[in-house]
Amino acid sequence: MSLIENLEIMNTLFDIIWDKHVVQIVKDGPTQIYIDRLYCHEVTTPQAFDGMRARGIKCFRPEQIICMPDHNTPTHDQDKPIEDPISKKQVDTLAANAAEFGLAHYAMLDKRNGIIHVVGPERGLSMPGMTIVCGDSHTSTHGAMGAVSFGIGTSEVEMVLASQCILQQKPKSMRISVEGSLGKGVTAKDIALFIMSKMTTSGATGYFVEYAGSAVKNLSMEGRLTLCNLSIEMGARGGFIAPDETTFEYLKGREYAPKGKDWDVVVAYWKTLKSGADAVFDKEIVFKAEDIEPMVTYGTNPGMGMGISQAIPALDTIPASGHASYLKSLNYMGFKPEEKLLGKKVDYVFCGSCTNGRIEDFRAFASLVKGHKKAKDVVCWLVPGSWMVKQQIEDEGLDKVLEAAGFEIRQPGCSACLAMNDDKIPAGKLAVSTSNRNFEGRQGPGARTILASPLTAAAAAITGVVTDPRELI
Amino acid sequence: MKKKFNIIRSSCVPLPLENVDTDQIIPARFLKATSRDEKFFGDNLFCDWRYNSDGTPNSSFVLNNPAYKGEILVADKNFGSGSSREHAAWAIAGYGFRVVISSFFADIHKNNELNNFVLPVVVSESFLAELFESIAADPSTIVEVNVPAQTVTNMATGHSESFEINGYKKYCLMNAMDDIDFLLQSKDKIESYENRNNGYDSPGRGANHGC
Ligand code: SF4
Repeated sequence: MSLIENLEIMNTLFDIIWDKHVVQIVKDGPTQIYIDRLYCHEVTTPQAFDGMRARGIKCFRPEQIICMPDHNTPTHDQDKPIEDPISKKQVDTLAANAAEFGLAHYAMLDKRNGIIHVVGPERGLSMPGMTIVCGDSHTSTHGAMGAVSFGIGTSEVEMVLASQCILQQKPKSMRISVEGSLGKGVTAKDIALFIMSKMTTSGATGYFVEYAGSAVKNLSMEGRLTLCNLSIEMGARGGFIAPDETTFEYLKGREYAPKGKDWDVVVAYWKTLKSGADAVFDKEIVFKAEDIEPMVTYGTNPGMGMGISQAIPALDTIPASGHASYLKSLNYMGFKPEEKLLGKKVDYVFCGSCTNGRIEDFRAFASLVKGHKKAKDVVCWLVPGSWMVKQQIEDEGLDKVLEAAGFEIRQPGCSACLAMNDDKIPAGKLAVSTSNRNFEGRQGPGARTILASPLTAAAAAITGVVTDPRELI
Repeated sequence: MKKKFNIIRSSCVPLPLENVDTDQIIPARFLKATSRDEKFFGDNLFCDWRYNSDGTPNSSFVLNNPAYKGEILVADKNFGSGSSREHAAWAIAGYGFRVVISSFFADIHKNNELNNFVLPVVVSESFLAELFESIAADPSTIVEVNVPAQTVTNMATGHSESFEINGYKKYCLMNAMDDIDFLLQSKDKIESYENRNNGYDSPGRGANHGC
């Protein structure tokens, strides 16, 4: 075997995709990387477009840029003007910028609109082997398609608008494998919350993560999107899964996926996209799927998670330097060390977001509540991640199942995930949420958030308390 | 904003809390702004800690303590975790900080600071702990950040460490030049990259027209 072949089998998939996109390596500096796809939403782009105007330049490759509002869009009456003047201004500004710079724009109510990280994969805009960026930390989601996809800041959005490139240091690579089969009621979300609870919120900082192992391989595309979505919550630059038959099956026939002969050509290429048998990662971690149970968070960062049957860690299990933040966090949540969350009264349930706002999430939610009734005192927001997901819910008759159990489906958007629209959890209220962040005030000032899977959220929605979904399956 | 960096000597503002996330640096509601008015973001840096719910300054928060001022923010480890919002860096720059010292920065935030002419300086945990002590003992403690030499010095103790910054960023900071200025000069390289990589080998291009 020649040396070259040896080197090839030592390459990680991350290396392969990254190296293919290098425009130049700046001396004693970053690497200039070519970007195949830029997504723009209304919150992190206005200042980038302003910068473009100030410099008097046009977009370098407008056809590779897709814009859509999602963070501020209301989840009801989208046909009426947005009431909040500031939200309206952001949404209008994106539309105006897209028109001025000649970019595709999926406006509110457009059937292609929704949360970018839901829309990109479902329209076939995000594909294996691509480099994808967006001014949004959950851009890691698209990594599930076998792409190198990561969040960037607004200055970097401006770089891509101006040159279709960004300047980056090449991150280190890490492989996280989850081997074995998942237990009953354990979902991709639980895998992610479990990994984060072991890795902490900074455990993967500086790394790009490849997820592997039989439990990951066996996930559906929706499950993979959920897993990759949460990569950023352990500090990783991004996370991805090598494309395989599941990926190709998912993409086939989607709006922007190549068709006919082109499809065969591209699939042949995609099949080459995998880490070499002897690939060397800077760090390798293996978890056992059997160790994972449905997960809940008890604190104010997503790394503060535990199995739903467990108790909040005792103070003496935390390093002394972290005691102040730990107690501050539990105090905010109104919880005490060593207490269990099972049975805690829940005020709000939110199912949605780019983490768990896909069709499979609503199938899971509906399967659990079928034949039950929503708990009287719980306010429940079910928010599809896109109009396409909403349509699928209706096509599959899930809306009927949900309605019969006392739930209604709202219109798509980010909604209570970050509460930029009207969907704010009131101060002091406890929410079980399928979104991705339980930070102080994230879901509304003073809101207390428990992150969980759609199944666990559904269980709380019908019992009114934190409940192990396995009891209801 | 685009001010040349050389040697900065300043007193510091201490924030001895771990895991300060970008939601705390600038709460999500400020993401609604459609301009990057520095004063606006600077005025709302650490908003929820800095002001009471009635909008009056919270006297127990460090930014409202006149004893602490200067161009250097000293923060505990894992500063800037969470959301990638660049607004956090605008708020820090807008407030007038030119340097943030910590033992660990979240990745994206660190990059955002550099892109906005704020220098993140990573120091050892012991240097940081000593610096917090010096500042607690004397709020007027001066720190010197020497960008050309890449050193940071606690003038109260004389202890000094070197810090990392890549040659390219250092050049940019010292010349007040930004990344876009650089990229715009590399158009020919980008076009030759595109010519080498077109077709379905690079499915990013060619496949998404008609929208
Ligand atoms: S759903 Fe939440 S995390 Fe996802 S893009 Fe919207 S605000 Fe960000």
